[in-house]
Amino acid sequence: MGEDAESPKINHTFLRDYVTEADVISTVEFNQTGDLLATGDKGGRVVIFQRETEVSLQSVFSSLSALGSRKVNQRRWARQGTLGSTMSTAHKTIKLWKVSERDKRPEGYNLKDEEGRLKDISTITSLQVPVLKPTDLMVEVRPRRVFANGHTYHVNSISVNSDGETYLSADDLRINMWHLGITDRSFNIVDIKPANMEDLTEVITAAEFHPHHCHLFVYSSSKGTLRLCDMRASALCDKHTKLFEEPEDPGNRSFFSEIISSVSDVKFSHSGRYLLTRDYLTAKVWDINMDKGPVETFQVHEYLRSKLCSLYENDCIFDKFECVWNSSDSVIMTGAYNSFFRMFDRETGRGVTLEAWRESSKPRAVLRTRRVYTGGKRRRGDVGVDSLDFTKKILHMAWHPSENIIAIAATNNLYIFQDRVNPETQAQ
Amino acid sequence: DNMFPKGTKRKFSDSGEEAVSSGDQGPAAPSAAARTLSSSYSLQRQSLLDMSLIKLQLCHMLVEPNLCRSVLIANTVRQIQEEMTQDGTWQIMTQALAAAQCPTDRLVATEVLCRQTDPAAQAGQSPKPYSVVGVEEGYHSEEVVMEGDVETDVTMSTLSPVSPQLSSASYLAGPFGMGPCWEEEEEDGECEEEEEEDSEECVSEGEEGDGDHLSADSRTGEQVFGTFEIKHPAPPPDPALEELFSDVDPSYYDLDTVLTGMQSAPKMGPYDLLDSLSSHGPTALSSSSSCRSDLNELDHIMEIIVGS
Repeated sequence: MGEDAESPKINHTFLRDYVTEADVISTVEFNQTGDLLATGDKGGRVVIFQRETEVSLQSVFSSLSALGSRKVNQRRWARQGTLGSTMSTAHKTIKLWKVSERDKRPEGYNLKDEEGRLKDISTITSLQVPVLKPTDLMVEVRPRRVFANGHTYHVNSISVNSDGETYLSADDLRINMWHLGITDRSFNIVDIKPANMEDLTEVITAAEFHPHHCHLFVYSSSKGTLRLCDMRASALCDKHTKLFEEPEDPGNRSFFSEIISSVSDVKFSHSGRYLLTRDYLTAKVWDINMDKGPVETFQVHEYLRSKLCSLYENDCIFDKFECVWNSSDSVIMTGAYNSFFRMFDRETGRGVTLEAWRESSKPRAVLRTRRVYTGGKRRRGDVGVDSLDFTKKILHMAWHPSENIIAIAATNNLYIFQDRVNPETQAQ
Repeated sequence: DNMFPKGTKRKFSDSGEEAVSSGDQGPAAPSAAARTLSSSYSLQRQSLLDMSLIKLQLCHMLVEPNLCRSVLIANTVRQIQEEMTQDGTWQIMTQALAAAQCPTDRLVATEVLCRQTDPAAQAGQSPKPYSVVGVEEGYHSEEVVMEGDVETDVTMSTLSPVSPQLSSASYLAGPFGMGPCWEEEEEDGECEEEEEEDSEECVSEGEEGDGDHLSADSRTGEQVFGTFEIKHPAPPPDPALEELFSDVDPSYYDLDTVLTGMQSAPKMGPYDLLDSLSSHGPTALSSSSSCRSDLNELDHIMEIIVGS
């Protein structure tokens, strides 16, 4: 595979970046229509960005509102509500937020002033009824339901089902299924907790419902396996319908083999035919009809293989990178270090390295591809492996459901890129 | 760059690989090369083991508890332990540690980590900087050549959780009481692995594994993996969302109703509105505190109604 080749046909434009006010972004997701983009951060805030509906290739996402909650691990969009509902999970609590538009706001509170500060009671001499005044169109996010007490371990995934009514939540040892309207009951569908915790050698790392078949879901494990489960087969899906596992490469065996095989993210393709997984060094595409191994393997940063001991020491080896499909399932994308992220064209097998770093990008600038120097002729702009900044990790990202717009979370920054040459995804 | 013979040892990726391969050396000094290779590899492996154990012991100090990480580290330790068991170095190491008169640097390190305020245990032991060297010297001369199958009757000496009193013999803390689950992978199946008991029974006399099957000490296992379980139930759902909705007549959610009601009866003050709510009765304007609470109620109700 030709790695890091220049791809002149991809002409990315850097639009704008928004610095969120507090913390590190922990999750990014577009809604079904792509009009809204949600982010969650480690401070527990949810920020919704709305696409301005102007007929232009330059779409701008502007921040609308933020609402406090617990630390947000994951967010997924559901279809209910005027604009939709978004779900977030923080630690072991899941919240359903209703996203709606509002163009009026109340004014004239008695006890609060315009900025929301409490007034001194002695200054209040008359009573007024707050009135609604027109205001700029806003999108607001309100908590509607709290699904609590379903998990004893931290939730790592939530996935809304294609039926629009149920969703699953997964923690390290269990997967529960919920109904979006019922908060006090959930149905446990996977439980891998051993009777004796000392016997624990494998945990669940990610889970997702099939995009079309509401009875199918997949979950990944820390041992690099995928399990496809059919809920029609039995109530408790401890027994998988299919187990996907790649045989180990004996030539590359090391004490870190298991750790780097741990799957950090799994995503169904939009077609539902393929699975995309990310482990520490690679991204793999699996055909759900073929469980013996992946059909495609993409090297994200193979140059780190010789550094695994150091990466184990500084805990970077446990970083969990996400991976995403483009809308036509022809391109996959995942993050790396040094603010780099990688895109792979499945047809050609070629990958490019791009950078989400404001210092090197101006609005409307064309992103140029980057390269990590691993030998051979060194080009200008190449970055040496030892110069990589491992604190700048691109862990979270999202791809617009129908257009070539991507959202990249880089620490506390959100970058949104659009392909100006091919703004719409071309049918393959 | 496969430095090590295939099938016997695993590779260390970085941290000082010397370009020594038994295949590259001439036949003149195979044993020396093998021993050099072995000690370098063993050092790295030991270092990895130590690092892993410390990570496990400190896992509760992470900003965010991470069960997956702990399980992966624990599995790494098990793999190292298995390999060291197969080439006999495990037994040698534990023997050396058990027989040591004074705690080695490594033991002190783990002891420092798990230190309880026990003056008796700490008497005469001063924390030293963490170092691998001390123990390496202990068994350096007893390297076992790794080629081929090593036919060893693998009996593990007792491993106990670290405790200050017994730090001279205790080394491995954590969930490495070697429960029966580990033996599933052993092809021989007769590896009689000692399972450690409580620290009180441990190895101060340097006893070897004698086949007694002690029940696994699940305490430390629970300590590591158990800390990830969130034991306290979550607080109940926000009462502001639930209870208010249950008490109040839903028609008051309709702002139009409220505004209409107010406009049509301009003299209706907040207290009349409150009267209508099932949970509130008429309130007299007798004091400023009740006045304030009534204003509070009104603002509060308005907040619910407008949903802010």
